[in-house]
Amino acid sequence: MNRVLLTGNGAAAWGARLAQAEYIPAFPITPQTEIIETLAQWIDQDKMTARLVTLESEHSMITAAAAAAVTGVRVFSATSSQGLLYAMEMIYTVSGWRAPFVLVNVSRGLASPITLEPDHNDVLAARDSGCLQIHCSTCQEVLDNTLIAYRLAEDPRVRLPVIVNLDGFYLSFTREPVLLPEIESVKNFIGEYNPENMRFRAHEPMSHAVAVLGGAPYSYFRYQTHLAVENGLAVYDELAKEFEQQFGREYGVIENYFADDADYVFVMMDSFATKAKDAVDKLRATGWAIGLLRPRLIRPFPAERFRTLLSGKKAVAVIDQNISMGMGGVLHSELCTALYGQPQTPEIVASFIGGLGGRDITVEEFFEIAKSIRHADEINQTPSPRLLYTETELREIRKLQSLANVKLHGFGETS
Amino acid sequence: MNDKPVTLYRHMKDLPSTHLLGSGTAMCSGCGGLEALHEIYDIIGEKSLYVNAAGCMTLLSVYPFTPFRGSWLYTAMASAAAGAQGVRDALDILLEKKQMKADEDMQVVVLSGDGSAYGMGLSATSSAMERNLDFIYICYDNEGYGNTGQQYSGATPHAARTSTSKGSSGFRGFKKDLFSIWAAHKPTYVATVIGSEPVDLARKIEKAMQLKGPRLILALSPCPTGWDYDPQDSVEIGKLAVKTGIWPLKEYVDGKVRHTKLPKQRLSVDEYLKRQGRFNHLYQPDRNDKLINEIQIDVDDYWSEVVE
Ligand SMILES: Cc1ncc(C[n+]2csc(CCOP(=O)(O)OP(=O)(O)O)c2C)c(N)n1
Ligand code: SF4
Ligand SMILES: [Mg+2]
Repeated sequence: MNRVLLTGNGAAAWGARLAQAEYIPAFPITPQTEIIETLAQWIDQDKMTARLVTLESEHSMITAAAAAAVTGVRVFSATSSQGLLYAMEMIYTVSGWRAPFVLVNVSRGLASPITLEPDHNDVLAARDSGCLQIHCSTCQEVLDNTLIAYRLAEDPRVRLPVIVNLDGFYLSFTREPVLLPEIESVKNFIGEYNPENMRFRAHEPMSHAVAVLGGAPYSYFRYQTHLAVENGLAVYDELAKEFEQQFGREYGVIENYFADDADYVFVMMDSFATKAKDAVDKLRATGWAIGLLRPRLIRPFPAERFRTLLSGKKAVAVIDQNISMGMGGVLHSELCTALYGQPQTPEIVASFIGGLGGRDITVEEFFEIAKSIRHADEINQTPSPRLLYTETELREIRKLQSLANVKLHGFGETS
Repeated sequence: MNDKPVTLYRHMKDLPSTHLLGSGTAMCSGCGGLEALHEIYDIIGEKSLYVNAAGCMTLLSVYPFTPFRGSWLYTAMASAAAGAQGVRDALDILLEKKQMKADEDMQVVVLSGDGSAYGMGLSATSSAMERNLDFIYICYDNEGYGNTGQQYSGATPHAARTSTSKGSSGFRGFKKDLFSIWAAHKPTYVATVIGSEPVDLARKIEKAMQLKGPRLILALSPCPTGWDYDPQDSVEIGKLAVKTGIWPLKEYVDGKVRHTKLPKQRLSVDEYLKRQGRFNHLYQPDRNDKLINEIQIDVDDYWSEVVE
């Protein structure tokens, strides 16, 4: 094993290289582009044997990716934000093809307004698609989970696309020390892609993705996909155990940071969770019984694990780096659905939205969140959902608006 | 250039007598697209994989049945050409790595309607041509979004009534020239065909099968449902499309366009138009000389530039 400094994008590219992806349909988009540029360079320099093809759009890219996967080769692709949305028709379609391949999504906020920095509305738009989702918070995790993702995608109990998510900028462009496993040991772990009977050959004709007539056959296939996604939970456990035995790094379905003995728990996804960890450290130093739970798997959603891990807690703060317009935080709703009506479930599950478009969440804000759920527990009343924004930020916006003489009325401006 | 190409197909009797594509599909009776597909499939054969875009033909393969002896992959309306790219690339990778025997290889074929070929799928197709993808693209052109009830598309001819052009002048736009759009990419082969001229069609498929690279087979597909005529007239209407010069049979190879059938004495466009309900408004309640003339002039202009 080799220790190197890698960006999140670099780690994702190494994941594809070590997994010996054979086919890479590509399309550029910030902040993902570095991944396909890195792979293209390796291929040009004969450091990697694969075919990289730039399609004319992400819609075509995902179509080609899945078509190649069902023909019988190992496929890698990557996108971000607008690209993922442009591909969305096919993201939903190809899970129905049961096409096993790995797609890295580098999270970036969605237009409008157009921006480059991260939040999770892009990847959560694929939430109901039938693709599995692994969310990462370090560069090492990106590399390791890209490898695990291939096993997961290709496992006969799953056979579905897997999306590995990392945050744009905060992870994609941040260099961290990463242990690079030897290719031989990765081969040991992953092996060759065996498409079994799902492949196109002249003498074994196959009709794939055919139409159905009526709700009964339609439901049959939709349920099949749903059940296969659910299988992903136990399969991930198995694979993570195997991975740990071989490489010594442990990955659970949910990362548990001091949550066992905690009364209060933050719940967050992806790289901003490292900010929450920092807050947990500082709060614990002053005597707080507080911890963090970070789901790695978002699909399948680890509902049962959350129930167990949160059983008996006083209060939970879900900090969503996404916003479902007119409803609020997606993870919050999902967690509430998982917990509602269960024995010993925490009475307070409060919602906070922050970090949209890469807006920072400061340690002071985490302190405030902690205090607010402690208070909620004391008075036994769940606070209404909070949109994190400081007075200073609003003042700055107002200043800019007045400088540019922006007229606010008529746009449904709410103060 | 004018050497007679070597061909198996000189007369009707040379055409395959057994048919490969199964019957009993959900297509309308008299479907000119299906007629062409039958003829094409007989020649391409079963060592093929059809990548389909959303349209009438999507209903050929309905779980768990298919009329195809070879393979099939339904994609979406916009990206069948990208599906063909993925399949072709994967097959090439497997062949290179010797993970697949050469005789397991297949002809990759895109099968789409005009809505896809002239419109939503054009960007994916253009980029497949850029990459010189080795595939055959079959477009059955029924001149409208047939599957959704024959709304006008980029392939609808001037003045045709469709479900979104029901006014007294019919469709105000003009049929897009997909043949030239393809030819502008300098692909290997582009040909127009029609099911009612099976020998011409067979030769073109035969030729396409001998070539590699992007190849388009553009089949005008008389559609009783969308064009509003009796299903038994499909072959007749197809023949009239050629005899009136409305559907020129031609091919593009090596940078040159060649007409494969020159209608010696072109019939007046009336013969074609008045047979179809979609042009009824040109004749009822009164004859619309202006529009009919426009259509005739358009056809005459086309042929006046054809020198063979
Ligand atoms: C993205 C998308 N938009 C719209 C449709 C609805 N749709 C299905 S088939 C079809 C018509 C396709 O027309 P064409 O390609 O000419 O094929 P035809 O139906 O005439 O056989 C349309 C619009 C779709 N399937 N996908
Ligand atoms: S609508 Fe037209 S093209 Fe479609 S199946 Fe019927 S006849 Fe064929
Ligand atoms: Mg059509």
